[in-house]
Amino acid sequence: MGKIVLKSVRKSFGDVHVIPSVDLTIENGEFVVFVGPSGCGKSTLLRLIAGLEDTSSGTIEIDGKDATALPPAKRGLAMVFQSYALYPHMTVRKNIMFPLKMAGMDIEAATKKADAAAKVLNLTSYMERKPGQLSGGQRQRVAIGRAIVREPAAFLFDEPLSNLDAALRGNMRLEITELHHTLKTTMIYVTHDQVEAMTMADKIVVLQAGNIEQVGSPLDLYNHPANVFVAGFIGSPRMNLLTGADAQAMGATTIGVRPEHMDISTSAGKWKGVVSVAELLGSDTFLHVNVEGHGSMTVRAGGDVNLRHGDTVYLSPQDGKVHRFGADGKAIA
Amino acid sequence: MATQHSRIAARFMVAPSVVLLFLWMIVPLVTTIYFSFLDYKLLVPKPSTWAGFDNYYYFLTDRTFLASILHTLAIVLGVLFITVVGGILLALLMNMPFWGQGIVRVLVIAPFFVMPTVSALVWKNMFMNPVNGMFAHIAKGLGLQPFDFLSQAPLLSIIGIVAWQWLPFATLILLTSLQSLDGEQQEAAEMDGASVLSRFFYLTVPHLTRAVTVVILIQTIFLLAVFAEIFVTTSGGPGTATTTISYLVYIQSLVKYDVGAGSAGGIIAVILANIVAFFAMRMIGKNLDA
Repeated sequence: MGKIVLKSVRKSFGDVHVIPSVDLTIENGEFVVFVGPSGCGKSTLLRLIAGLEDTSSGTIEIDGKDATALPPAKRGLAMVFQSYALYPHMTVRKNIMFPLKMAGMDIEAATKKADAAAKVLNLTSYMERKPGQLSGGQRQRVAIGRAIVREPAAFLFDEPLSNLDAALRGNMRLEITELHHTLKTTMIYVTHDQVEAMTMADKIVVLQAGNIEQVGSPLDLYNHPANVFVAGFIGSPRMNLLTGADAQAMGATTIGVRPEHMDISTSAGKWKGVVSVAELLGSDTFLHVNVEGHGSMTVRAGGDVNLRHGDTVYLSPQDGKVHRFGADGKAIA
Repeated sequence: MATQHSRIAARFMVAPSVVLLFLWMIVPLVTTIYFSFLDYKLLVPKPSTWAGFDNYYYFLTDRTFLASILHTLAIVLGVLFITVVGGILLALLMNMPFWGQGIVRVLVIAPFFVMPTVSALVWKNMFMNPVNGMFAHIAKGLGLQPFDFLSQAPLLSIIGIVAWQWLPFATLILLTSLQSLDGEQQEAAEMDGASVLSRFFYLTVPHLTRAVTVVILIQTIFLLAVFAEIFVTTSGGPGTATTTISYLVYIQSLVKYDVGAGSAGGIIAVILANIVAFFAMRMIGKNLDA
């Protein structure tokens, strides 16, 4: 159905090599998230798969067939854009029916399919409205509806939630995940938000400067980051990365400790520091501590911790929770 | 209550301009209406007398009146058709990335900066002239009989000249509109399987309706009043083949020196223009909403 294989895919714009060389296999039915900082080439990679950009070299196989030279429409993929890209002068119904109409399906069957998609997405009462009269979340659902009716081999999402407010983003995240459980279709999802990546993905692909840094399940990446970049990118708040004598003592160039793997004490510990900011979230407290010789470190403590700006604290990493990285940035097993 | 005070103050502030603009409009209109009811001929040295509706009667029953309306309509519709269709095609072409885009855009817009009299004379003497014109040379080069545009197809020739002048305007407005077309929308349609033609008809054309409406409304106003091009090329002829309403008004007042009849014609032209504007707004003005 929707197995996608990239073989040494490259993309250059003139002298700029946006994607030096990527090999990646996406299994049928997987929810894969491409994540990375902006400008890392994740959107370009998605557009290469969609066919909106031509590969400079390498092959893209969709469903076992070479699709490298196929035009976008012939690849059997559907894409949801960041700006929704709805057709502003058409009603919701016509928007959803547009791909079917272009495929030459007769009106009656197309209407039936559009209505079914609208039911899944709770759009039934908005079918005669135009996109301009809908809220951001509803527009997003119309865009998804337009993708669903085509029954594609895979869905491509290009940062679909970044134009929504925080509460709505949380809801849509759930809806898309549920949709994936219902449809069981391959989905490729691009985002710069590692929370979206962690919560939605079966498999996360971390990209930096066009290179794949690591591929794995969310918890894999969280527990065993392959290198310093992934360690710093996955997890919120960021992992504390330390260099210098403390790292060398553990036989590494860089060591990393996640904020939740740091014990905090007011009397004794490995590192002494002063609390600069305490963020009280109720359930947790994030302490930003200035440690001599290491700068600012973040610690996650319980919601009942009563520490304020200026308090002196001692931090110590929990046993076996320290990540060690060599001089080349790669993890030391 | 600052807003209410400032609103009253604002009214006082704009009052002088409003009054001036109102006078600017109403004085010539009232004078024209007044003249249109007078027996006022410049060649007859007697005091003007009251003429009632005689001027209107003579103007409306003039044999050239009906023909002049048809000629005016032909010019307006013909030029609109050429400029809108040609403008869309040119704008599509110019919207593509190519080397020297900036220069080409300036070149395309250039005709708009040429004065109507000048461009009409250039067309008449350098292109359409059956002896020395460029077209005549081409025809002779091909072994054909030169075509005397302005006497054999006078109205079409004038439509061509006027369309040449207004094409840049339409192209410019439509090009700006094309540039605001959303790229992701086009890509979405591409993924939805829409061909280049369907993308044009389902996305580009609806997107352009507002710009096309603006082009049609603005051009209609100016095209109803086309005068210089006719004056310097055909002088309304041969016969009355290119006499439009505005040209007929000119003939009445400054060729026949009948100011009364000319004014009556002017008022009739104003009424006709308003009827056209009314229907134009009713038919396509709704595209400007939202």
